[in-house]
Amino acid sequence: MSQKEWPLWEVFIRSKQGLDHKHVGSLHAADAEMAIQNARDVYTRRLEGVSIWVVESKHVHASNPDDAAAFYEPANDKIYRHPTFYTVPDSIKHM
Amino acid sequence: METAELTQEEQFQTRIDADVRIEPKDWMPEAYRKTLIRQISQHAHSEIVGMLPEGNWITRAPSLKRKAILLAKVQDEAGHGLYLYSAAETLGASRDQMLADLHSGKAKYSSIFNYPTLSWADMGTIGWLVDGAAILNQVPLCRTSYGPYARAMVRVCKEESFHQRQGFEIMQTLSEGTPEQKQMAQEALNRWWWPTLMMFGPKDADSPNTEQSMKWRIKRFTNDELRQKFVDMMVPQAEFLGLTVPDEKLRWNEAKQGYDFGEVDWAEFWDVVKGNGPCSRERLQARVDAWNEGEWVREAALAHAAKRSARGKV
Repeated sequence: MSQKEWPLWEVFIRSKQGLDHKHVGSLHAADAEMAIQNARDVYTRRLEGVSIWVVESKHVHASNPDDAAAFYEPANDKIYRHPTFYTVPDSIKHM
Repeated sequence: METAELTQEEQFQTRIDADVRIEPKDWMPEAYRKTLIRQISQHAHSEIVGMLPEGNWITRAPSLKRKAILLAKVQDEAGHGLYLYSAAETLGASRDQMLADLHSGKAKYSSIFNYPTLSWADMGTIGWLVDGAAILNQVPLCRTSYGPYARAMVRVCKEESFHQRQGFEIMQTLSEGTPEQKQMAQEALNRWWWPTLMMFGPKDADSPNTEQSMKWRIKRFTNDELRQKFVDMMVPQAEFLGLTVPDEKLRWNEAKQGYDFGEVDWAEFWDVVKGNGPCSRERLQARVDAWNEGEWVREAALAHAAKRSARGKV
């Protein structure tokens, strides 16, 4: 028995025109075409999508959650990037 | 910093207590990972094996409408199994290993599927009772602490509600039909009531994993809590159908605002868990045969993909 697993694919679905694709899960398939067909059957049985992306899981690179504190630190002390940092006089409209 | 004094495990528990979801690459105790792999893969196996008792009736459904509905339901169960296997894989479990464990009998699945489906009314009862019990188990899992499991359960629960309603509709149609049809519905309820109560697992006192699972917020209610909820929910529905729940000890308890009910036959429960249910061998054999007979397809698909990629097409 050769016992070789089909590769794992990550599935992204655009639920309707105008929205972005969103990760919904993964599945096994021998190639991209089969992955898209399987994704249709597994993840869109009730019209949940109008467009499907698949990417082999091995091609996904991810940030390391253990480094999150340091990694996102540069944005921490820059509250002036948010509009709420600024006070606008009550009499000023449309801002 | 205060957190520096906490061990990794304490930090993990702090996040759980704050209802922060755990994601695949986050640090987690090995026992948490193992418990989840066991629970999620068992759950996936239950969905897959759960297709068999109903598959039995697809060719014998009483109308084209019922047949189409049953096919859609069984297809959903395949889908649920796949969502769940994919959630387990995010924890490092391999699909082939999970299937090998199912086929060897090492992994368990819900004992309910080891009972036979003798009449069409069993399709109604499975949807109404068995899926009703599954929903009670599954709704709290939509808030379970592990992100991919919780997200898979959200999709499962949305679809499960169709399963329960179509089952109830079958029961209602039979109950309002001829005396023979109503009798068929009653007999199905008699057969499935007790095995369904067993679906919530052993009594809390005999469920050693519950405490830790509650602490990790994998589980949100105990087995006995869910069993009580189920009885309270189902008895009025059976009354609506004009059917009798087969339990002489069933009584409304005004003080606890719930029903008192009889004891599950725990000897039968443990016997079925050990693999001695009426259909245990048949179910497992059907899965093993499907896997073995599909081997050439899996190989051919890989060979086809390799050939296409060698030709430069994707």
